[in-house]
Parts: sequence; structure tokens; C-alpha cells
Amino acid sequence: MRSARKPAGRLGVLATQAAFVAGILALWYLATTRWGVSRILLPSPVAVWNALVNVVTSGEFLPDLRVTLFEVAVAFAISATCGVTIGYLVSRSGFRTRVYEPLFAAMYAVPLILFLPLYVLWFGLGPASKIALGATISFFPVALNTITGFSHVDRTLVTAARSMGASGFALFRFVLLPAAFPVILAGMRLGFTVALLSIIGTEVLASLAGLGHHIVELSENMEPARMFAYVAFVVAIAAVLNFAVSLLEAWGRRW
Amino acid sequence: MVTATMPHRFAKNPFIVRLGVIALVLVIWEVAGRWLVDPMFFAPASRVGWDLASVFKTDGVPGAMGITLLELVAAFALAVTAGLSIGLAVGLHTFSRRAFMPIILFLYGMPQVTILPIFVLCFGIGPACKIAFGFTHGVFPIIVTVAAGVQGIKPILLVGARAMGASAWQELRYVVFPHLVPSLFTGMRLGMTGVLLGVLLAELYVSTAGIGFFTTQFTQNFQPSLLLGLIGTLAAMAIVLNAVMRRLEARFARWRD
Repeated sequence: MRSARKPAGRLGVLATQAAFVAGILALWYLATTRWGVSRILLPSPVAVWNALVNVVTSGEFLPDLRVTLFEVAVAFAISATCGVTIGYLVSRSGFRTRVYEPLFAAMYAVPLILFLPLYVLWFGLGPASKIALGATISFFPVALNTITGFSHVDRTLVTAARSMGASGFALFRFVLLPAAFPVILAGMRLGFTVALLSIIGTEVLASLAGLGHHIVELSENMEPARMFAYVAFVVAIAAVLNFAVSLLEAWGRRW
Repeated sequence: MVTATMPHRFAKNPFIVRLGVIALVLVIWEVAGRWLVDPMFFAPASRVGWDLASVFKTDGVPGAMGITLLELVAAFALAVTAGLSIGLAVGLHTFSRRAFMPIILFLYGMPQVTILPIFVLCFGIGPACKIAFGFTHGVFPIIVTVAAGVQGIKPILLVGARAMGASAWQELRYVVFPHLVPSLFTGMRLGMTGVLLGVLLAELYVSTAGIGFFTTQFTQNFQPSLLLGLIGTLAAMAIVLNAVMRRLEARFARWRD
């Protein structure tokens, strides 16, 4: 059914998508020019476009982008290292897995953004609180996937390798790691997405610098066109980063 | 490890050892709060437990809890209704699925927290803003799982029902709906997580009556034991909600076996 794609059908799909997006843009334009929706609530698409061009060409986003990327990189480095290490140590025995996995899963279900006030109290409004919270939130998907990856390695593979005399490091390097790697990578991709999201989020909620902070600043200064442009810019940055990480994951899988 | 000194029979039960791990964490928390960390920023577990009563006796906290709960329920109800209708509308036809799913997935993947200030501009700083933001966080996972759920229905069942003269409504009621139930509950669980995140984000951003108001107040007054108590209560609530949704999901996924 879906495999037999007729070119006419695909054209129709594309036409519908284009029409949908065009319709939204037209409604947006009409709402600002004809129906008198306040410029503060909804700036006209033309103004937003001009602001976006200005934001991108002037390079004013660079300092904020640098702060945000730095926070994401450090937070992700911490959570990936701790998540994989602790996940591996837990997964080494079935008993430990049964003890710790429900604990991690329960913590993963908590919206940890709740702890932001506490982290701000401890680490201040600067990058440290963002890094700490981003690392905490993204630790759990990485650790849980690492546990799943290592504990679902086919037992016969392990037994076979053992009977052929592999032990310790050789077993880890040639049997366990290759088998668990794709699942761990998926966990790291998830962890990265979560870290990026929570860091932009914490910047919006309480911060002194960064992309999220700039959006709030523009909103409070009543510069709606610039703010919309900045939102579009940040969404694009996030999409590019997530896409890059997916590519890395696909590349890692093949390797 | 912790298990070393325990009697053999208990040391083999994961549940008991898990409780032991939790107890150990509480002990570390207690020691850190009592002797190691400045009491301006941290409080020992026992004090937090002791002060829990005064958290709820603080003027306005029970009301704030009620308002936040109301925001959660309203946002969740809206998200389920809209998610189910849009998911069915988009998922039931190959064409609409191929045309609109990419758009929905794009919106789902967008970091919505960037548009939080816009929500505040549009809906003000009251509960409406939290409900709207919780709704947009919860609706997309429900749409996606519902659309994927109806996609998984074997075409032969639909063709069979139609051949036996089922009307469009009967087809929806007796073929589509029963097959939808498991994925709907999965979607509802994910949607619940999303709604919780959205409402709490909006609460923490700016709040005049909900719990966000009190987390800010406790932070600014350096009352870590009250702050920890409030956060702990909310975290426990989230864990319980998630456990209930998981139970429901497991219960309704079983009907076909």
C-alpha cells in the first residue's frame, strides 16, 4: 500500500503541505494587516523576516550562542560519561539491574526541571546551574539505555566467547561493547536532545546569558518582531544540532 | 556494598535492597545537611520531613497546589480530546498521514520553551497561560501515538467490516476504537509527562497563584527546608501519576491476549 508510491500522489502531498504552510502565512499576514491584531502580540511576518535577516547577518547572536553551546557541551560530556559508566557498572549483574533500574526509571519520570530553584540556590544564575541541571536531566536516558544495551546482549554470544577463552577486557571489547553500542548511542542522542532542551529552558527561566535568556530579554523589551526572529533562529539551531547528532549516531552504528 | 551485612534472604530480594539504597541516600542527605553544607542552602532530610507540615500551613500553599492540579487536569483533558481527534483525522487516511505527519513531527520536535514568553504575552500570567502551555506540550505525543496506532490496524479488518455492511460510525466504534486503546493509553502516558513539564515550566517562569510562586518565594527567602519539601511533594506526585498511567497502560494493552 505505502510502498507503491505514485509520483502523482507524492506531488499531491507536497502541494498540500505547501498550501498548508502558505495558508498559515497568509492568515498571519492578514491578521496583522487587516484584522488589527496588536503588533505586540503578533508582529507582521514581513517585520519578523527583516529582523531575522538582521539577526543572522549582524552576528549579534554569537556571544549568546557561544554560552549556550558551551553549557550544552559540558553538561552532555558529564552526563554521557557518568551515564555510560554507571549504566555499565549496574548492568554487570542482573541483581544490580533489578535494584537500580526501577529507581532510575522513577527518577526519569519526574520533571526534574522542578529542581531548578534549588540548583539556582546552589550554583547561582550563571552557567553552572544550567550545566548541573542539564547534566542531571540527561543522565537518566543515557544510563537507562546503557543498562538496557548491556543487559540484552545475547547470552549465547557471551557463553561462546567465554568458552573460547575470552575474558575480562577481551569479552568487553569484542562482544559486549559491539552488541550494546547501538542502544547506547540511541541513549546518548536522546540525552543530547534532552540536555539541549533543558539548557535552553533553564536559560528562559532564570539566567544571565545565552540564547534562551536573549529571547526573554527581547520579550520584556517589547521587541516582538526581533523576538519571533530569535525564536525561529533558536529553533533552527536546535534542529541543525539534533540533525547533526542523528547523523553521528547513524555513522557510529555503521562503525 | 550495602548488602554485605544484611541477612542472606533479604540480600537476595531486589525490592529490599532497593529500599536499602534509598535509605542510604537519605542518610547521606541527612549527614550532608547536618554537618557539611551551609544551612542557608540545604536542609537535612529529617528537617525537611518535619517542616513538611509547615509547608502546607504556609498561607496559600494548599490553594496553589489546587490551582496547579486544576491546570494539569484542564491541560490534560484538552490535550487528550484534541490529540485523539487530530490523531484519528490524520492517521486514518494514507494521504493525510503523508501530508501532515511531517508537519506534526516537526512541531513535536521543536523546543517549545523558546515560545514561552509569547504564551505569557497572549494568555497573561494566570492559569490560562499554564493550561495552554501544558496543552501544547501534551497534545503532540498523543497525536503521534494515536496516528501510529490506527496505522497499525490490519486493512483486512476494515475491508471485512465494510464488506459486512458496517457504517462509518460502526467501523470506527467496533474496529478502529478497540485497536486504538493500547496506543491511546501509551499516548496518554507520554502526554501526561508532557503536560506536567509544560505546566511546571510555565509555573516556574512566572506565577502569581500556582506553586511556581512559592518555589520562587522559598528560594528568595533562603528557606531550603520548605523548598525541598515542596519540590519533593511535587516529585512524588509525578512518580505516582506516572506509575498510575503505566498500570493503566499495561491493563489496557492486555485485552487482545
